[in-house]
Parts: sequence; structure tokens; C-alpha cells
Amino acid sequence: MRFLFKGVDFFPHDTRWKIIERRYIFIGLSWALAVLSAVLLMTRGLNYGVDFKGGSLIEVQAKSGGIDIGDLRVRLDKLGIGDVQVQAVGTGNEALIRVAQQVPTKDLNEEKVQAAANEKVKSALGENIDVRRIEVVGPTVSAELKRTGVVAVIASMFGILLYVWFRFEWQFAVAAILALSHDVFITVGMFSLLWYEFDLSVVAAILTLAGYSINDTVVVFDRIRENLRRYKRMPLIELLNLSINETLSRTVLTSVTTALAVLALYIFGTAVIHGFSFAMLFGIVIGTYSSIFVAAPFLLLFGVKRDWSGPAVKSPSKSDATGKGQRENVTSK
Amino acid sequence: MLHFTRWKQIAIVSSVVLGIVLVIPSFFAKETVAGWPWFVPRAQINLGLDLRGGAHLLLSMETAEVRKDWLDTLREDARKRLRDAKIVVAGVGIVNNALQVRVANPEDADAALKELKGLAQPTGNIIRGFSGTDLEVRKAEGGVIIIAPTEAGLQHRITEAISAAIETVRRRVDFTGTTEAQIVRQGSDRILVQVPGLLETAPLKELIGKTARLTFHEVHPSISAEEAKKTRPPAGYRIYPGADREEGDQLLRETPVVRGDELKSAQAAFDSQTHEPIIAFTFNGSGARKFGEFTKTHVGRPFAIVLDDKVISAPVIRDAILGGSGQISGNFTVETANQLAIQLRSGALPAKLTVIEERVVGASLGQDSIEAGKVSAAIGGIAVASFMIFAYGLLGVFAVVGAAIHIIFVLAIMAVIGSTMTLPGIAGIVLTIGMAVDANVLINERIREELRGGRTPISAIETGFTRAYGTIIDSQLTTFIAGLVMFWLGSGPIRGFAVTLTLGIMTTVYTAFTIARLLVVWWLEAQRTRKVEPPLSYKPSATLKAGSVRP
Repeated sequence: MRFLFKGVDFFPHDTRWKIIERRYIFIGLSWALAVLSAVLLMTRGLNYGVDFKGGSLIEVQAKSGGIDIGDLRVRLDKLGIGDVQVQAVGTGNEALIRVAQQVPTKDLNEEKVQAAANEKVKSALGENIDVRRIEVVGPTVSAELKRTGVVAVIASMFGILLYVWFRFEWQFAVAAILALSHDVFITVGMFSLLWYEFDLSVVAAILTLAGYSINDTVVVFDRIRENLRRYKRMPLIELLNLSINETLSRTVLTSVTTALAVLALYIFGTAVIHGFSFAMLFGIVIGTYSSIFVAAPFLLLFGVKRDWSGPAVKSPSKSDATGKGQRENVTSK
Repeated sequence: MLHFTRWKQIAIVSSVVLGIVLVIPSFFAKETVAGWPWFVPRAQINLGLDLRGGAHLLLSMETAEVRKDWLDTLREDARKRLRDAKIVVAGVGIVNNALQVRVANPEDADAALKELKGLAQPTGNIIRGFSGTDLEVRKAEGGVIIIAPTEAGLQHRITEAISAAIETVRRRVDFTGTTEAQIVRQGSDRILVQVPGLLETAPLKELIGKTARLTFHEVHPSISAEEAKKTRPPAGYRIYPGADREEGDQLLRETPVVRGDELKSAQAAFDSQTHEPIIAFTFNGSGARKFGEFTKTHVGRPFAIVLDDKVISAPVIRDAILGGSGQISGNFTVETANQLAIQLRSGALPAKLTVIEERVVGASLGQDSIEAGKVSAAIGGIAVASFMIFAYGLLGVFAVVGAAIHIIFVLAIMAVIGSTMTLPGIAGIVLTIGMAVDANVLINERIREELRGGRTPISAIETGFTRAYGTIIDSQLTTFIAGLVMFWLGSGPIRGFAVTLTLGIMTTVYTAFTIARLLVVWWLEAQRTRKVEPPLSYKPSATLKAGSVRP
């Protein structure tokens, strides 16, 4: 029962995985995933939700019993309001109905024509089905939200880039941003592959992911910097390997705790939160992968400053006339 | 790192107690809290519409209409000024969003320019300084003077129009009895309307969307609308369509006799003879005078009541209406009469509003979301706690206590600053439970590593906290950056998520670093007499020799 007091040290330590030596495998895998994402996004695109596509989303629930999705689909198709998607959610007594953006007519503007379509859907639902939620987004707002989403992702990545640059060196910042873009891009590609709905909450998840997935990378980078100060003559490949292996338990275990919390959201959350928690969950996995296998190899590619003994340890004075002379850039062959 | 002065300990414990005290009101019903004595904190976390149910409407104003109205007014003003200055005008027109004034005599152009420059008003205000004028008046070829609204001037008009529209919308929405409605401006030309508890928005939209521009017009004495359609309407007259089939088109004088803004009151009522729903109205002083004069000279002839450029009725004047009161009868139901009365009372909208975004959540779904949020938070919390205790034993317990206090802090701060809890906000809290213990994982893993490197327990704990600090700050700050971006750019629910995320990150650093550390210090003090056991189990290292991990 000693572990109740001291915990169980179950994670393997002293690993000596030659990750950097096998970098081409991981970088190849990442490229493959990135190219697959790019192809998917170009050919298939994303299953945009109401936030980005415009139109309406109606969530309904049966008062008693289940909903016959097939029957509901047939009834709604007859309304003559274009493409109507019906999707079962929850335990079979709930459904999501998506009505495409209606084309304005001479008498009815965008708002009125969409409202009319929604009313048609509502009256076609029948006595047993209740409306629980309606979201209607007009074309101006959906275009704006799309633009804002892109701006937000770019702005936060830029902010993170600046911060990592400020705390480390530019090589670290660029490597971190590349690893981060990798995570974000592949996560978005996953939404295209699985054809999950891509809405505002997924963008929020991606932004959080951008901030969170860099955490692990920073942990590894911190250790690299620490080891650069300690082992002044160790070859860079060996040093990077050592740093990754030493921090392995941290990188993985921090992700495990967050993944546990997100998993609870994914399993027990409502339909509204589903896309969000999926994006987070997938992002945590891919983010941990990239922190271990992608970020450090990029560092090798750019080379790093070897001498960290200057201002960081001695006085905080900026004059590093000697430091400059000792600076040695190591690049891959 | 492993020392807290007595005062610091008291401060930390007090912060926790304060957090608990501030979070308590949020767990009681509003009515219960209202009855508490004054010295007990009463601030509660607001629930967003997605959790309590209600309607969220984003309205956009047609700014082109504001500009057009302005140019129309300017046209009249320009004419009047030049007439007063005895300058003959050949024509005034609106071309390319600007007013073009052509003087009959090109020699008068300079005099006219001087006159018209007087129309421009300085923009800005006393506090920010006057930076320019709202109009640009310049001379073009051939005795033409161009009056163009400047960007600043137009923005000023739009701001004024939006403020007026917000007031109008508020009066209309409040008349339906939904007193908790929130109506605020968003961006430069938008209004956000939030009405808790409302599920059926069609009547609300109907009420908000009508411009309700009521005017009373003189009907052309001899030519009917049908005749005018074949030829051309005479100068100053226009054909107005009927509001419904029973009320036909009418040929009316374009300049109204009286406008709706001169109404003093309007009430839905019943006609004493026909028992049909009608609207009884009273004009204010000037309106009553104008209406009285008009009806005195037009007895036996029809006049038209026009709402939003549509004729709703065209009764015949039987007697001069001198008292300024009258009634509008049309094809009303009780409901439509009531709605129209509300619209007339609350005044006309300065420009048309369209609903560009609508999100309505039923109260039952909101309740389900809260329940689902509670379940996920509980299960996620238990899973994370079990893992931490399994991996780190007592230090894991400290981390869990820290995480629990972190949640209390987030909720307490939200209650104090009056921010709104949304469904994504709950997701943010659940997410930060996982993130909160990340800092502890980093610290504890570092302690374990130091122990494996051969440090004594106290030294390992000391180094663990010291060395993990920089890493934790670095990693949390990056998430914080993303959270801030979300807060700036996000709307509605996303903002709710950003609030809990950024607050959560701040409290996480505090709890992991101060609370968990204080608990460790207390634990060490409690066993001062004994030899301190290593706080974590660890496998002896094969590679790390004693002292190889240096500070």
C-alpha cells in the first residue's frame, strides 16, 4: 500500500530511443499526413456548419418514443426548400436538421426567406416533435465568422511564435511553429476525412490546441536549452535525443491528464460540444506526437546556438562580445 | 522555495477562504440570495442563453438608408439656403452618394459655395477635439457644387442612428413584457438583442423589424390611382400601394400633413359601434394644430393613413378634428392592433433592421447541457484525480486539492466580475481541470528525476519546484496568448470559453505553485522530528549518478 503515499513510478525512464536518427521516418509520416490533409481539403473541403455556411440548424426532440429519421427526411424533402439534412443524435429521440441558405426572392429578402423555410420545417415536424434549438446565420455573418476564424488562428500562432522567439532563439520559434502548424493542419484534415461538422466551436478547439500543443514542445525545448548549457561538447544529435528521452514522461503524462478530462467531455457532453471535444482529443494526441518526433528534428535542420553560458548564467548585461565569437552553428549534413 | 513566512501563509489561506465565500452564492437560487443580509456576498455567475434558454438576435442596420435620409435632408436644406440667399438654382440631384447643386447663373457659383459651406458641421466632440467636418463642399465645372458626406460624418450619423434604433428596439421589446431583455450595440452598425426564456421569435422579429413610419397624407382631389397609373402622377404626388387587397392603391401628396413622430399616444381599443379592433391616437400640440387645420379645410374628402409607405386606411373626413385625437381602423385583429400601437408609441426606426444571426435555445436543452456539463466535469475530475493519486500518491493529492481550489477560484472570479457562463465555458473549465494538474505533473516528474539523480528528499523537492517554474510559465503563457486572441475576436459563446480558459490558466499557475507548494511545506513541517522520507517512489537510475543532475 506504499503507492498510496508515494505513487507508482510506472513510466519507463532511462530510455535511449534514437528518435533523431530515425527522423526521416517520422518526418516522412508527418509529410504524408500533411499531404493527405491538403488533398482532402482541396478535393473534398470541409463540412462547414451553419456558422460558416449560413442557413439554419434545428435541433428537435421527440416528446415520447424515438424519431423515425427516414420518415422525417421524406417529409422534409417534400417541402421544396432545397437540401435538408437530417441527422440522428443522442439516444435516438433527438435529431439535427440542417436547412441550406435559401435564395432570396423578389418579395422576400434573405432573412424572411430563411425564416419561411424554418417555419415550414417546424410545421412539418408533427405533434410529437419539439424544437429545442434553432440557429440561423445569414450570409454576411457566416462570411465574417469564417474570416475571423482564420485571422484568429493566424494571430494566435503569430503571438506564440513571438513568445517562443523571445524566450528561446529564432530556430526554436520556427521549429515550434512548424510543429504547431503540423498539428493544426492535420487536425483540420481529420475533420475533412471524417466529414465531421466544422463550426465555430471547432475553431475554438483549434485555437486552444495551438496554445496547448506548444506546451509539450516548450517542455522539450526547455530541456534542450538546459542540456546545451550543461553538455557543451555533446554532438547535437545525441543531445536532442537525450533531451527528448529525459522529458518523455512529462510530455506524455501531461497530455494524459488533459486527455482524460477531454475524454469525459467527449463521452458525456451534448451534441453541441462534440466537435469541440473531438478536435481537442485528436489535437492532444497529434500534438504530443509532434512534440516528441517532429519539433526537435526541425531544430537539427536549422541548427542552434551552442553557447548558452553567456548572459543567461553570468550577468544579465547584454554585452556578449565573447559570446559572439564562440557562437557555433551546427547544421545537419 | 520551501519557506513561507507566516503572513504569506495567512494570505494564501485567506485567498482560498475568500474564493469559497464568493462562490457560494452561485449555488443558490436568485430569490434565496436576494434575501441574504448585506454583508454576505451576493454576486452570482450569470448563465448564458445557451444554458438558461432564450433568444439571441443580431440585427444589422441598413446604413445606405441612413445616408440616403441624410442626403434627402441636405437637399432640402441646400435649396432653402440658396433661396434665402436669392441664388437661383437650376437643379439639385443625388449622384454617386453626393449632392450636386447646379446654379442657374455660373457667376453665382462662388456665392453659392460660400452659402453651402455653412451646411457642414464639425465632427468629433469637445473631449476628443474637432478633427474635421461632416461634409466636403467643393466647386466643380459649370456652376456645379458638390456636397459629399465625409467618412467621419457618415460614421457619426450611423452612430446616432444606431443609438436611436437601440432605444426604439428597447421600447418595443419591453412592451411585450420581457423585462430581462438585453439590447446592446455591437460593432458600428449592429444591435444584439438577447431575450431569456423566449423560444418563439417570429412575433419579436415582426415587432423589431417594422420601421413603423406613420404618416398622414392628402389624397389627390380628382385623379384616382388607376388613372394616374396610365398617365404620369402629377408633380408632388405619388402612388402608394395598399397594405392589403381591400385597401386599394392611392394617389397621395408626397409631403405628409402630419408625421407619426408628432403622436403623443397610441392605444389599441375597440370601435364603439362596430366592435372592431382599432388604434386610438392623440397628437401632440403641433401635430394637433396641423391636423386640425387640414381636416377643417378638407371636410368631406378622404385622407390616407400610411404606414411604412403603404396605405393602411383612407377614411373620409366627416368633421374637423380639432382636439388632436382620432382613431385608425383597418383590417386589424386584436393582436395586430396591439402591435401597431406599440410600434407607433415607440417611434419609428431611423433605418431598416434585418436579423442576420439568430440563435434560440429551449430551456429544456439548456438544462440538459448543464446536467451534461456537471457529469463531464465530475467524471473528468474523478479520472484526473485517480490518475494523479495513482502516479504521485500524496503529492498527487496535493495536486488534486490545488485543482479543486482552481475551479473555485475560476467560479469566484466569474461571479465577481459578472461574466457569463456558457456551454463552451463549462467545456473550458473541464479542460482546465486537465491542464491544472499539468503543472503538478511537471513539478513531480522533476522531483522524481532529482531523486533518481541522488538528491536528498528536501533538496529534490526544492529543485523540483524551482526548475519546473520557468517551464510552467512558458507553457501556460502560450495557451494564454491563444485565449486572449479568442477573447478579442470571439463572439458570444466562444468568448465564454475564452473567459474560463484565460482565467483558468491564471489560477492554475497560482494553485500549482502556491497552494500545492504550501501543502508540501506543511507536510514537511509535520514530520520535522523524523527523517524525511522521499515523497515519491522512484526507480534507481542506471545512468544518472549521484549529483549528475546539477541545479
